[in-house]
Amino acid sequence: MSSEAKTLFEKVWERHVVVEPVGEPTVLYIDLQLLHEVTSPQAFEGLRLAGRKVRRPDRCIATVDHNVPTTKAGRLNIVDQIAAKQIATLNKNCADFGIELYGVDSPDQGVVHIIGPELGLTKPGMTIVCGDSHTSTHGAFGALAFGIGTSEVEHVLATQTLPQSKPKTFRITVEGELSRGVTAKDIILAIIGQIGTDGATGCVVEYAGSAIRSLSMEGRMTVCNMSIEAGARAGLIAPDAKTFAYLKGRRFSPQGAAWDEAVAEWSKLPTDSGAKFDRELVIDASTLVPFVSWGTSPGMVAPITAAVPDPANAPTEQERKGLERALEYMNLKAGTPLEEVLIDRVFIGSCTNGRIEDMRAAARIAAGYKVSTHVSAMVVPGSQAVKVQAEAEGLDRIFREAGFDWREPGCSMCLAMNPDILLPGERCASTSNRNFEGRQGRAGRTHLVSPEMAAAAAIAGHFVDIRDWKVNELATKEVKG
Amino acid sequence: MEPFRTLTALAAPLDRANVDTDQIIPKQFLKRIERTGYGEFLFFDWRRTATGEQDATFELNMPRYKGAQILIAGKNFACGSSREHAAWALSDFGFRVVIAPTFADIFFSNAGKNGIVLARLSEEQVAELLTNAKTIPNYQLTVSLVEQTVTDGKGFKASFEIDPFRKFCLTEGLDDIGLTLRHAAALDRFEAKHDEACWLKAKN
Repeated sequence: MSSEAKTLFEKVWERHVVVEPVGEPTVLYIDLQLLHEVTSPQAFEGLRLAGRKVRRPDRCIATVDHNVPTTKAGRLNIVDQIAAKQIATLNKNCADFGIELYGVDSPDQGVVHIIGPELGLTKPGMTIVCGDSHTSTHGAFGALAFGIGTSEVEHVLATQTLPQSKPKTFRITVEGELSRGVTAKDIILAIIGQIGTDGATGCVVEYAGSAIRSLSMEGRMTVCNMSIEAGARAGLIAPDAKTFAYLKGRRFSPQGAAWDEAVAEWSKLPTDSGAKFDRELVIDASTLVPFVSWGTSPGMVAPITAAVPDPANAPTEQERKGLERALEYMNLKAGTPLEEVLIDRVFIGSCTNGRIEDMRAAARIAAGYKVSTHVSAMVVPGSQAVKVQAEAEGLDRIFREAGFDWREPGCSMCLAMNPDILLPGERCASTSNRNFEGRQGRAGRTHLVSPEMAAAAAIAGHFVDIRDWKVNELATKEVKG
Repeated sequence: MEPFRTLTALAAPLDRANVDTDQIIPKQFLKRIERTGYGEFLFFDWRRTATGEQDATFELNMPRYKGAQILIAGKNFACGSSREHAAWALSDFGFRVVIAPTFADIFFSNAGKNGIVLARLSEEQVAELLTNAKTIPNYQLTVSLVEQTVTDGKGFKASFEIDPFRKFCLTEGLDDIGLTLRHAAALDRFEAKHDEACWLKAKN
């Protein structure tokens, strides 16, 4: 074992150390900052008050996603005046400070973590930040990407750096073959269920193993996206041929000779054999099944074949109280099989599962079926590009014919800052990332699932084991042809 | 940022683990473009009943905890979103210290930028403080950042760890950007060389 062996994280970190002052955090260079309307206004205001400029506008891009309505009419005239002002403020800030903005009417608008990779802004070996905890998504490309607060947004705007203490490293190896119907979403829900919502606090997680390598870039993004739900600072996956194939030819990817140089550099990034991690966990992929969350924290998940757990079995008093509170909020009784839980709403979208592959997966399940009469279901593509691609493939028609509402891109009901919101008491099968109390609307009840499970639940009206689903191959083929 | 050295103040209990930032400050209040005025929205949904009235059973609504500047909470406090609004709301409400067994990473950073001291004590110590705050009227704690201790004048004494640099910034109330700009020359040199790497360029 060589002492020179380094992890992917260490290689990226070391390449970005500007200075390591004694007794102080490292000053880390940031290659790219992504901005959106919600967490940036106070940062720009801070710059103005201090008379500071944006150091590198060319290393920033902005879009609107959290607030924007997802209906065409709603976008033309944003009724919520506070939201409209926040969007207008981003427009002005980007104009004043010379930052490229993909605004509400741009063909490149979308959820910030979806457009970064789509445009080829996200690349292996980079450091990427955004005032949004799901920035960990970009780690799927082997970039060190993490969410920051607004004061840090301002810090990066002013200096293109961040003072950072070095996190610990944690490798989670998912080895083996995934069973049919088990998705990237189920991998990450299983991990969070196993290690808990603070299981990776203070760590950068590298996901490794054959099951991770077998995932598409979209699937890898889903896994890295929810690293924060396990408390991790960031998630990482080693770049490989799939990564390079995804990036080749994208708008901001290197071209020509620069492309070859880039691939050569990116190929040096994967963790060296013998490199040491602070922590390790190995998971057997063949044991994983489709998961559903039943509580008010992303760690409260269970296999679809299981029942709502009994708080009486909790190991501590505080945990028992927490479980009881969660079940009361969710209006669930211990022992109820998850497949019997009826739903009112379905949300397919978000930075977790709003990419083209997610649209395809959900459409394949929905094709030839009808949404249950007591369910209202919406599909929100993650970006304009995803929407255009899905429509070119006829996926919108499958959804519409099945009774799903096909929307304009944005964060939508993942956090319900725009008009897409659960009514009190409504129960939703959601492909998003958080099932906190009130996340999708006050007193709303969220169950986290994969796009396939969400689509099937929309049709059945309750949760179903996707492994038992009968796909209408004919209906899917018809559209593709 | 207001410097913090030592504080003796009323402590309020929030006996829940995994308190997430969606509870601390719900999303409908993130649309504002100001940095101030979030205190009235702190724990908005927990402070109100379904019909919108003040929930008298929620700790922070109880008259006995009015004016508390120290919050005691369960593990993994402020997990979830990166919204600094959570730190702004706690600070605006009047909290200068949060005591818990563990804190989520991004909040940990946000709190420091807003002069909020986070004291990590063991599960047992926090459990004792929660019980005391619930049972002893006008339960006051003294948090000394200089000494790195939490005491109650009744026999409870615990020490907490804090990164020396973070401690320095909190006790002096220092602005981070100014600190980084001490390294402006090193940054210029680094950046000029770093920009040569096409594979790390944001836009090719």
